[in-house]
Amino acid sequence: MPWTKVAVDHATGELSMNAGPGNGRLLTYGAALREAQYQALKRDDRVFLMGEGVDDSGGIFGSTLNLHKDFKGRVFDTPIAENALTGFINGAALTGSRPILVHMRMDFMLLSFDQILNHAAKLCYMSGGRVRVPWVVRTLVGRGWGSAAQHSQSLHAFFMHMPGIKIVMPSSAYDAKGLLLASIADDNPVVFVEHRWLYDLKTDVPKDEYLIPLGKGFVRKSGKDVTVVALSLMVLESLKAADSLKKEGIDIEVIDPRTLHPFDEEIVIESVKKTGRLIIADQGWKSGGAAEIIAGRLCNKIRPYLKSDIGFVTLPDAPTPSSPALEEGFYRNARDIVSCVKETLR
Amino acid sequence: MDNISIRQIYQTCLIIRLFEERVVALYPEQKMRTPVHLCLGQEAIAAGVCFHLKLKDYLFTTHRCHGHCIAKGVSLRAMMAEFYGKQTGLCSGKGGSMHLVDPERGIVATSAIVGGGIPLAVGAALSVKLKKEKRVVVVFFGDGAVDEGVFYESLNFAALKKLPILFVCENNFYATNSTQESRQPLDNIFERARIFGIPGFRCDGNDALKVTNLAGRLVAKVRQQKGPMLLECRTYRWKGHVGPDCDSEKGYRPKDEIDAWIRKCPLKKLEKYCLKKRILTIEGIEEIRLKLSKEIDEAVEWAQEGPLPLKADVTQNVTYGD
Repeated sequence: MPWTKVAVDHATGELSMNAGPGNGRLLTYGAALREAQYQALKRDDRVFLMGEGVDDSGGIFGSTLNLHKDFKGRVFDTPIAENALTGFINGAALTGSRPILVHMRMDFMLLSFDQILNHAAKLCYMSGGRVRVPWVVRTLVGRGWGSAAQHSQSLHAFFMHMPGIKIVMPSSAYDAKGLLLASIADDNPVVFVEHRWLYDLKTDVPKDEYLIPLGKGFVRKSGKDVTVVALSLMVLESLKAADSLKKEGIDIEVIDPRTLHPFDEEIVIESVKKTGRLIIADQGWKSGGAAEIIAGRLCNKIRPYLKSDIGFVTLPDAPTPSSPALEEGFYRNARDIVSCVKETLR
Repeated sequence: MDNISIRQIYQTCLIIRLFEERVVALYPEQKMRTPVHLCLGQEAIAAGVCFHLKLKDYLFTTHRCHGHCIAKGVSLRAMMAEFYGKQTGLCSGKGGSMHLVDPERGIVATSAIVGGGIPLAVGAALSVKLKKEKRVVVVFFGDGAVDEGVFYESLNFAALKKLPILFVCENNFYATNSTQESRQPLDNIFERARIFGIPGFRCDGNDALKVTNLAGRLVAKVRQQKGPMLLECRTYRWKGHVGPDCDSEKGYRPKDEIDAWIRKCPLKKLEKYCLKKRILTIEGIEEIRLKLSKEIDEAVEWAQEGPLPLKADVTQNVTYGD
C-alpha cells in the first residue's frame, strides 16, 4: 500500500518527545509493538496472536512481521469474520488462554460489537466474578490519502460507554511496548487503539519487558498557560503546536492520558489547577465523543479553577470525506490546536 | 447400553423435569424475579449428550440452559438461589436464570444472545487444541441460532482448525414465536454443517436412548481428534418461549400441535422402555421420584433462606479481581 508510506512521511519528521526513561535505544512504534508481542509469546504459552494478515509479508505494517515463524501454530491468519473471531477470543480467554486479535482497520470492529459489548464486557460481571476474559484487540486507525468514511474511523469513544472494557491509546514507541505488555498481562478485555501515522515514530524503548500501568497518564510537556489533553496522534500534533506557540511566548502543558478506561483524572485536575484552562484534542468526533466524555467527567471537579470555557479540537460531525480538499476541512492538526489555545486565552 | 447407564439417563431426564416443574409451581409467587426459559419436553437431549461428558469437558448453552446445567452436574441449590437473586446463587445474583456459570464443571459462560455462545465454544475448543488438553467442547443452541451469521462463521473456523467440538442443535421449530418454516427455506439444519466438511447428523430428540447412542459416537470421534461434528435433535418445548405458562392460550402456537408433542413425551417414552425391559419397576420409579423431589425441596429451601446481595455490590466484578 504505497499511500500508507506517503501518509506516514507526512506525520513524523523531527520531534522531541518526552517519552519516558531513555536509554538511547531508538525503536519505531511498529517495531516496539512487535517486540512486545514477541516477548509475551516467548514468555507465556497462553498467549496467541491471530487476525487477518498477521502472517503475510507486510505483517500488519511490520508489527507482527514473521512472528508466525518463531511461534508456529500460535500466530495465524484468520477468516474475515470479525464477530466470530471476537467470540473465539472470548471463549479462549475464558478457558485460560491470553489471545491477541488484530484488526488492521478499526472500522471493521463495528462488526464485532455483539461479542465485545454483549459478551466480553459482561462475562465476568454476569458470573459474579468467577471468570475472567483476558484478551487484547489491537486495532489500527488510519488517516488521509482519501481513505474516506469506512477506512479511517477512530471509534474508541464507543467503548467508553460500556462498563467492563479497558481502552488504551499509545502515542509513543515506549508506550506502545509497555502498554501492550500491560494489556496482555491484564485480566480484562482491552481494546488497544493504534494510529497508523505513529508507526514510524521513534522513541527510546528499553530492550527488556516493562509494564506501564493502565490508568496512569503522562505529562508529555509541562507548561503553565493552558492544559491540552491529547489522545493518540493528537499528542504529536499538540507537541508541534507547543513548539509553534512557544515562539509567541505561550507555554502549554500537554497531557497524554494513555488510557481512556481507566482514566487518570488526577493528572488532568492537577494540571488545570495550575493553568486554569483546558483543551481536549481527539481524533474522533465531538458529539458523544471521547473529548465530551472527558469534559463531562471532569467539569464539576475543575470548575473552581477554570478561567475560560473548555476547548475542543475534534472532528466535525460528518463522515470522513475522500477528496484532499475536503480532508483539509475535516482532519484536525497542530494549527487547529494553536487556534484553540489562542481562543481559550482570549 | 447397560442398565445402569439407562437408569442414570432416566434419572437425569427426571430431575430436569421435576426441577422445571418446580419452577413453574413457584414462579407465580413472583419471588423468582428472573426470566425463565424452560426446557420441559426437551430433557432427553441434555441427558443424552451430557451422559458422555467428563467434569473437565466444556459445555456452552443458551438462555434455555437449566437442563444442560443440571445434566452437567451443577448444584440445584446454587441454581435456585440464583433464580431467587441471592448472594448464594451460582453467580451471586449477577447473572440470573439465563447466564448460569460453573467453571468447576466446565461451564465458563452462558450467553442469552441468540447464537452468542457458539463462537465462545469454538474459542474454548481452540484453547483446548492450542494447549493440547484432553477435553472436548459441546455447545447447545436452538434452531433460531442457525439464522445468525455467527453460526456459519463458527462452523467455518471449527472445520478449518479441526477443533474438538460437538455442535448440538436443539431444533424445537420455534424461535420465540416464529416458526422454522417462516425463517428457513429448507428444514435441513444437520446438512448445513456438511458444506464445511463437518459431518452432520439428525435424530429424534425425544428419544433419550437414540440421542445417547448417537451423541456417544460423535463425542467419541471428537475426543479422538477427528474434528468437529454436528447433531440436530428434533424436539419441542411445552411451555412458551419464556415464563411458566403454555402459550396456546395466547394464540402463539396451536393447542393441537402442543398436545401432539406432549404425547411424544421423552420421559414417558424412556419410562415405558425401562418398564418393558425390566430396567426399572413402577415402585423403583416412584422411589427415584421421591428422592429427587426431596433434593429439589432441599434446594428451594436453601435458596429461599440464603441472604440477598448487598446493594453496594452492584459495581463489584465489573472488572476481574475487584
